[in-house]
Amino acid sequence: MTADTAPATASGYSPGRTLPLSVEIVRQFRRRRTMVMFTLLLALPWVLVIAFSLGAGSNAPQNSLRLSDLATESALNFAAFALSVSASFLLVVAVALFCGDTVASEASWSSLRYLLASPVPRDRLLRQKLIVAFGYAAAAVVSLPLMALLAGTVAFGWNDITIPGTGEVIPAATVLPRFGIVIGYALVSQLVVASLAFLLSTMTDSPLGAVGGAVGLVIVCNILQAVETLGALREFLPTYWNTAWLDALAPELDWSGMIKGASVSVTYSVILLALAFRRFRRKDIVS
Amino acid sequence: MKFARGRRLVALLIALALAGTAAWFLWPSDPPVRGTELTIPVLDGPAGDQRVNLDATYFPPAGGGKGPAVLLAHGFGGSKTSVRAEAVRLAGEGYAVLTWSARGFGRSGGEIALNSPDYEVKDVRQLIDWLARRPEVRLDAAGDPRVGIAGGSYGGAIALMTAAYDARVDAIVPQITWYDLADALFPNAAGGGPEGGVFKRMWAGLFFSRGAPDTGGERGAAALGALTTPQGQRALTGREVACGRFLPEICDIYQTVAERGEATPEAVERLRQSSPISVQGRIKTPTLLIQGLHDSLFPLEHADANARAIAATGAPVQVAWFDGGHDGGDGEIDWLHERTIAWFDHWLKRDGGAGIPGSAFEVSRDGGRDPGTRRRVLLHAESARYPGLGGTERRTVPLTGPEQRVANPPGGSPSSISSVPGFGELLGNLNSSITMPGQSASFDSAPLTAPLEITGNATVTVRVRAEGRPDAQDGEDAGEAGDAEAPREVTLFARLEDVAGDTQPAVLPNGLVAPVKVAVPESGTADVTIRLPAIDHRFDVGHRLRLTLTTTDLGYAGPDAPSVSAISLASPGLTVPVAATLRTPATGPDAWTWALPLGAVVIALVLVLTGRRRASDDVDPELADVPLRITGLTKAYRNGEKAVDDLSFTVERGQVLGLLGPNGAGKTTTMRMLMGLIHPDAGEIRIFGRRVTPGAPVLSRLGSFVEGPGFLPHLTGRANLELYWRATGRPAEDAHMEEALEIAALGAALDRAVRTYSQGMRQRLAIAQAMLGLPDLLVLDEPTNGLDPPQIREMRQVLIRYAERGRTVIVSSHLLAEVEQTCDHVVVMHRGRLVTTGTVRDLLDRAAASNGGPRRLEDVFLTLIDQTANGAGDPAGIGDIKIGERA
Repeated sequence: MTADTAPATASGYSPGRTLPLSVEIVRQFRRRRTMVMFTLLLALPWVLVIAFSLGAGSNAPQNSLRLSDLATESALNFAAFALSVSASFLLVVAVALFCGDTVASEASWSSLRYLLASPVPRDRLLRQKLIVAFGYAAAAVVSLPLMALLAGTVAFGWNDITIPGTGEVIPAATVLPRFGIVIGYALVSQLVVASLAFLLSTMTDSPLGAVGGAVGLVIVCNILQAVETLGALREFLPTYWNTAWLDALAPELDWSGMIKGASVSVTYSVILLALAFRRFRRKDIVS
Repeated sequence: MKFARGRRLVALLIALALAGTAAWFLWPSDPPVRGTELTIPVLDGPAGDQRVNLDATYFPPAGGGKGPAVLLAHGFGGSKTSVRAEAVRLAGEGYAVLTWSARGFGRSGGEIALNSPDYEVKDVRQLIDWLARRPEVRLDAAGDPRVGIAGGSYGGAIALMTAAYDARVDAIVPQITWYDLADALFPNAAGGGPEGGVFKRMWAGLFFSRGAPDTGGERGAAALGALTTPQGQRALTGREVACGRFLPEICDIYQTVAERGEATPEAVERLRQSSPISVQGRIKTPTLLIQGLHDSLFPLEHADANARAIAATGAPVQVAWFDGGHDGGDGEIDWLHERTIAWFDHWLKRDGGAGIPGSAFEVSRDGGRDPGTRRRVLLHAESARYPGLGGTERRTVPLTGPEQRVANPPGGSPSSISSVPGFGELLGNLNSSITMPGQSASFDSAPLTAPLEITGNATVTVRVRAEGRPDAQDGEDAGEAGDAEAPREVTLFARLEDVAGDTQPAVLPNGLVAPVKVAVPESGTADVTIRLPAIDHRFDVGHRLRLTLTTTDLGYAGPDAPSVSAISLASPGLTVPVAATLRTPATGPDAWTWALPLGAVVIALVLVLTGRRRASDDVDPELADVPLRITGLTKAYRNGEKAVDDLSFTVERGQVLGLLGPNGAGKTTTMRMLMGLIHPDAGEIRIFGRRVTPGAPVLSRLGSFVEGPGFLPHLTGRANLELYWRATGRPAEDAHMEEALEIAALGAALDRAVRTYSQGMRQRLAIAQAMLGLPDLLVLDEPTNGLDPPQIREMRQVLIRYAERGRTVIVSSHLLAEVEQTCDHVVVMHRGRLVTTGTVRDLLDRAAASNGGPRRLEDVFLTLIDQTANGAGDPAGIGDIKIGERA
């Protein structure tokens, strides 16, 4: 080695220090779509509060025990309702956006090649982007129910929760940990969407393609899910267990659905992410 | 190439899917089971002289050969077709199956005698004779086939009755059937037998009436339906209208008891002839008794009595309570089939012996909902010993409640509702029940501190005080009413309810009530011990047990006269049976919930680790001071056309090298390979002796601007540069940010978002970014594109100054003038190949020397690429240069 005459790297360069998370967070945070998405998610609970107060007393069925009719009973009821109405699509879009956009948008801006040539090692670039994108996606998923809790507390009070279906009333304090489970599971169940969006993001230069592809998967799965004749096969559809968190709000906490859901979710997600790394490592960056 | 591999993978997947589908369709299915329709004439009647033709279907064992026989009997109101599906299944398992329409049903002749030993039993014995003559049926002895009988309800009773009268029967599986038909229709939970029982009016009516709704005979279990008349459209006689296809004497008995609302001794006698109670000690056949938890017609007590009677003879008996019965429930068709097959396989195919399948006692319990399908899941709790209805242990649950008055409404209406006979499935399993105000007394336990699972009959003793007619004032006129006739009969319906909370309606397990008829001395009291309905029900923590006594129930006949009674607890304890030996199989999550993610992690590791490229510490020390050496570099497009073809050249320190070539010459592709963005197919690139691979650390000594700028449009120019530098992870002071910004010369625009920049501004910012950190090797691709002439001139100066400090600059361009003015060395490329290399001066001189012609670089260049084009045998020649594709 002639390291003294010709250093292997520029001074101060170390692959492990490239693209720090803080830099990637700032790069993504100042984007308009980040702002818009978070604004939407944080405003939605308040919009719902307004909607409920406008429609109050008009045609709420007496003694109905549906989640939607119980929404105004307490902050926790309201948060559960807000989550249930947004989990199937809005949160999917949010998660797909943060994870599908992350690499593809860099490719479309051409900034990806300069990062890679700077050089940020490919695995590291993908890892840092993955952490930040998943972080934003998780923040999006968490922010909605938390804001709903706040909005619900302000609007309907911190009352005990009324269980959908049975009408049992459980003290709010005992349900709060359950609500933590709900949010945790909501995060896990979005893993597939996040991972698929991320994989697509490494494959295309079009951010919308990656986001749309992941959302499309959810739509296709939802359609397939409706085909009863598929029977138990449907259990292996990545979206099949997305509503399993409702079990956490049942009087008897039932883990089985959530375990299955988490299992399916992690399975798909791990493979999709491995594919993303494998592909990106070998890819010719031509954008 | 990658795409090709992806396509191959897709093709492989499609091929696999197609193969799977084809296999699915072509997989050999079980041999078809064909039934033979036949008419079997039998002789029956008390004297055995009445000829009746039975309509039957015979299913020989699938696959040929000899097999044991199974007689499959249908339920009341059904016919042989109601059990066809099960018959086909059994025949498919290798049994010779005979189904028949019992006399009085379907197309069989004769009249219904309610499984009488003189009629139906004789018929079935002759069916066994018939089976003994079939060549496909395995024989125990001449005239003695190996035969089992299965059936539900009416069909279950004939299995029991035949087993009692015919020793040739080797195993039976009676389902949801009776032990004592008289007790089933005139139950009395206070004891005392059917003579003092409460008439189960609605069920009896459905049972005997032919106007009953068809509740779906296919179920087999709940096959109580309309009687069909073989006469079709012919006008019916009065007798036929009244009695349907019943034997006249049975019809007469029914009409008498139904009118009076209580059992006559003749009726009890006659009904018991048709019941296993009349053949106690004679059933010595291995018996699997399956009784429904949802059955207010033949409740669990009947299976219990049958089990005890058969077990007393020493015959093996198993009892299973399943989620079905005459009131509906799940039905558990598959479980029923499996259990039946297992029983028959053991006793008929395997000659009995040790290792009896199943457990002595099995109960279907709620296993919650399947998290996927949201359908109910049933678990089967098992016990090695049948505990009976008294449980393995008894506990006492204290009840409290004051004395309460209840009124019997005149005419018995409106009545409380526990279940609606014949409509169980319509109402579903809501466990909803209705009690009428003023007609019920309730006694509650304290909320449970531990869950309580009751399996069997709970018992309680209550005190009933007759108070006379409701028009009397409160209880004070009791004495006044005392002059009326002596002991009064009070009818009560006892329920054991599950109360979850104040806000929710009480749940009546399985919709069962225990009717009680108690004689109370006028103005006196009577204590009565009530055997509450046999149930298997879990009372959860915090729930209360509630004993409710009502004066009416929809399904039963009650007194028409209005009356008031006062009810209190004679002893405060409710005695409940617990079957401690019942064990519910543990249900962990499916194995795949663990296996899938683990498998996925393994696959993921394989994917990631095999995709890893060799770590690059490939160093050539000889070249440590050579900024760039390219050797044999080749890169082909996907279609095989070479973008860069065996390119080799070297760049020395301090040079400003022009990479010259028309569009499509492979300049940009070369530069991308130089940056580690695309992988060469062959050859190598070394920067300061270190081989370039994607993300190679030596790239940190390279500054590049290739194929246009790449900025985050929402950030300012300054933020872009700063974040870029921070992304390199190098110290901020090494950036020489101010120098770079000077080169960019953006002024105030530096703090505007990049999306507002003009092409030239972006270009300058990108070149500034490439110069950040003053890299030892600077690579610029068409740096003057989009710049105006003064800026171009300035850029030239910048590049020349940059190289003067011992650094190296590579500029690619298709603009010859620019290279001529900026560069000292030049590499000329065309169609991916190196055309020539050398100093600009040499090139010009050489050209001048060779033909004395062109002195300008442009002319040299055109000559050069013209030669190359011709040399390559390309007739298109130079004409392609301008329109050639960009690399």
